[in-house]
Parts: sequence; C-alpha cells; structure tokens
Amino acid sequence: MGKQATRVMVNGKSYARVVDARLTLADFLRHELNLTGTHLGCEHGVCGACTVLVDGRTARSCLMFAVQANGCAVTTVEGLAPDGQLSVLQQAFIDNHGLQCGFCTPGMLMTLTELLGDTPEPSEQDVREALTGNLCRCTGYAGIVAAALDAAQRLRGTVAKPGSP
Amino acid sequence: MDRRVEPGGDDVGPMKPAPFEYHAPRQLKDAAELLARLPNAKLLAGGQSLVPMMNFRYVIVDHLIDLGGLDELRGTAVVDGALRIGAMTRQRDLEFSPEVARQCPLLAEALRHVGHRQTRNRGTMGGSLAHADPAAELPAVCAAYDATVHALSVRGIRQIAFREFCTGFMATALAPDEMIAAVDLPIWRLGHGHGFHEFARRQGDFAIAGAAALLDVGADNVVRRAALTLFGVAASPLRVEAAEAQLAGKPLDAAAIRAAAAAAWLIAPISDIHAGGEYRRHLAQVLSARALNDAARRAGVEA
Repeated sequence: MGKQATRVMVNGKSYARVVDARLTLADFLRHELNLTGTHLGCEHGVCGACTVLVDGRTARSCLMFAVQANGCAVTTVEGLAPDGQLSVLQQAFIDNHGLQCGFCTPGMLMTLTELLGDTPEPSEQDVREALTGNLCRCTGYAGIVAAALDAAQRLRGTVAKPGSP
Repeated sequence: MDRRVEPGGDDVGPMKPAPFEYHAPRQLKDAAELLARLPNAKLLAGGQSLVPMMNFRYVIVDHLIDLGGLDELRGTAVVDGALRIGAMTRQRDLEFSPEVARQCPLLAEALRHVGHRQTRNRGTMGGSLAHADPAAELPAVCAAYDATVHALSVRGIRQIAFREFCTGFMATALAPDEMIAAVDLPIWRLGHGHGFHEFARRQGDFAIAGAAALLDVGADNVVRRAALTLFGVAASPLRVEAAEAQLAGKPLDAAAIRAAAAAAWLIAPISDIHAGGEYRRHLAQVLSARALNDAARRAGVEA
C-alpha cells in the first residue's frame, strides 16, 4: 500500500526511488541511501538531531516524508565535507570542544550552517536562540556556542584559521 | 529503528506511521475534490504537528493529501483593508516579510515565539489554525485581529469569523470536507501599538500562558480601540472584553493599564501538569500588563 516514486537531489547527486509513502525523509536518507550521518533521536520533532537542509532551509527530516522531498535539493552533514575537507564550522567544533558523544552534532552543524548563512555576524543570543531547536546532553552548549561564534569570525576573515600561515 | 517484517512476510523497513495512500494534487479544486471523496483522509500542510502525531500513531489515516504543491495557497496580499494570508504560506516567510511587519506587526512579533527556526521553515499559517492548539500563538493573533477564515470545499468558499472558528479544545468550525484557503487579518491604523508576551519553560516550547495586546491611541491620548487576548489559559484563545471596555474611550496611563490587566483575574484558567489554574491566572495578569505596556509605548504613550 502507498508506494510512490520520488526523486531527490542529495548533496548534489540525484536519487530516484520507489518508496512507501510513510517512509520519513530521515529513514530514506539512512536506510535507502545509506547516508547515516543524519541521526535520529526522538523521531517526533523535538531533539533536532535529524536536521537537514531542504532547498537551503533547515528542516527536521523525521517530520517530512521522503515523497514530500520529491524535486527538492537536500543537504546532509555528509554534504558539508564532500571531499573530506571539513567545513570552517566543523573545524571550529573540533577546536572549541563543540562535541563530546557526537550524537547531536550533525543536527547542530546543519542548524548553525543555516544561521551563519543568514546572519554572518550573530550575537551569542542569536546562536543560543537558533540552538533551542537542538538538544545536546553532553556539552552544556558552551562549546557549541563558542564554536559557532568562532566560525562566524573565521568566515568573516577576521581571525586566521589555526595552522594557517 | 530495526527493520520490521509485517504479517505476510513483506519487509517494510523502518516505519513509524501507519500506512496510507499519498496524494499530491496540483490544483486547489483537485484537493477539495479528494477531501470530499476520500474516506478517513487528512490534509498535510507543513506537517510540524501532524507528522509527530502520525509517528506516534495518535493519528492513523487512510489517505494523506499533501497541499505542498498548491502555489495558489501561498503568499500575502492586502484586500479590502485586511492582510490576506494564504493557508500554505510558511511561518518563516511571514516572519521575515516587511509587509507583515508593517501591516500586522503583532503577527511578526508572535512568530518569533512559534516553535523553532527549523519548524517555522516548514510550518504554515493555515496548519497552525486548523490544528488549533490552545497554547499556540497564531490562533491567538487571529483572535486579536478579529480575523476571518476562508474555508474552501467543493461546495464553494465560506467565511468564518475567528470568534466562531475555535469550537473547543483543538476543535474548529471546519466541516470534514472543508480546508482553510486563507485568513484575513484586518489592518489597524498606522501608528497603533502592539505587544506580545508569553511564558514558556524553554524558548520554542508551547506557552504556559501568553498575552497579545493591540492599542489604537488618538493624539489626545484617548484609547480609540483596544484588543487584549490571552492564550494557553483556556480551550481556545480568549479575548478579555472587560479589559477592552475599560480601556476604550479613556485616557491611557499606567493606572488604566493596571486596571485593564487586573481584569485578567476574572478568567477561570485550565490546570494541567504544566501549571495550575492559580499560577496561570497570575501569569495572565502579569503578561497582560507587559503586553499592554509595550503596546502603549509603541503607540507613542509612556505609561
């Protein structure tokens, strides 16, 4: 019952599948495309671990069906480092202890990628407000907030990247 | 989730919601026709409330009609002195719309409290109204503006005054074959003041209680028109008519605001696991005063 064709562009690559209409976008990414970087925590839209970009905007992939993404461009955490080169934000997470167990990290990165795109000079309050949609049970958020502010500075070019000349 | 094999040996993989047929109409009339014809069907707007309920299997449908492809239901326009908002307009687009900020600033301010950025990117105006959560911000804004809901079906379009739209706890006046096409928010005179305050345990959570205020104050400092709305305290948004009557036609000052906010004591709020009725009544008064103070200041009165 309820099989449906869907074609989704994920991290620049087009995938066509016939799936159950009730398959969430999160399960589609993880089980159909084996892109397991997108994590599933609560599966009802609270924890934010499954956050991806749909046409450039963050969305909880557990609250979308794969068939709804038909014709859309999706970016997952794998898309942030396509050739293995970490993004500025990802490097800032490492440098600022922005993760411990790492479960929430993919969602955090997608949320903050959108924020830094929209708001190149975010205040700490902007960052904290953006992060209210993502739960972390390890860090107490301090390292994540520091990483976001650090990445924003690096992206504006005001601070040299560690290790660069 | 582990892969699951259903009776009959069909390997269905990881699935949270019960099975359904998916429909993605491209024309509004097709959507109305599907809704009228299909048994046990539900409309999918932004899915930020419906899909969690489907994942929990609180909601089990045979047919899901996705309104996402209906461009006719998206966008805003000023029609007859009101801001008309298409039902499928995303909350995010309203939040960042200069037109909304100018015409209906109370809506712009309320949107910042609706869920999170990630949910506002998907969530829609019409979806919030149809869901009618008693603690939701957008129904409260519609109550404040005396909005008109345009309900569409194969039988045509029917206009519903918002005060008749919410009929009880998460229940609306929509007939089973009707969908929200748009909502009209009457635009208040330029220079009016607005205020919006809510109390929630965490930013983005549903409010335990909230208050929305609109004040139109004349050059003589006399209140020409006032609207005070509470939400999260009853089955649906509540207009505090006693407070509005106290304010209208009188000079606006700190004492007038205190007296109007005190009228919020008259309500008999709900009690639940989040807060008791007495606490909600206290919040209603405090938040009413804050919302009215903001509205007065924005209307150019230092009360």
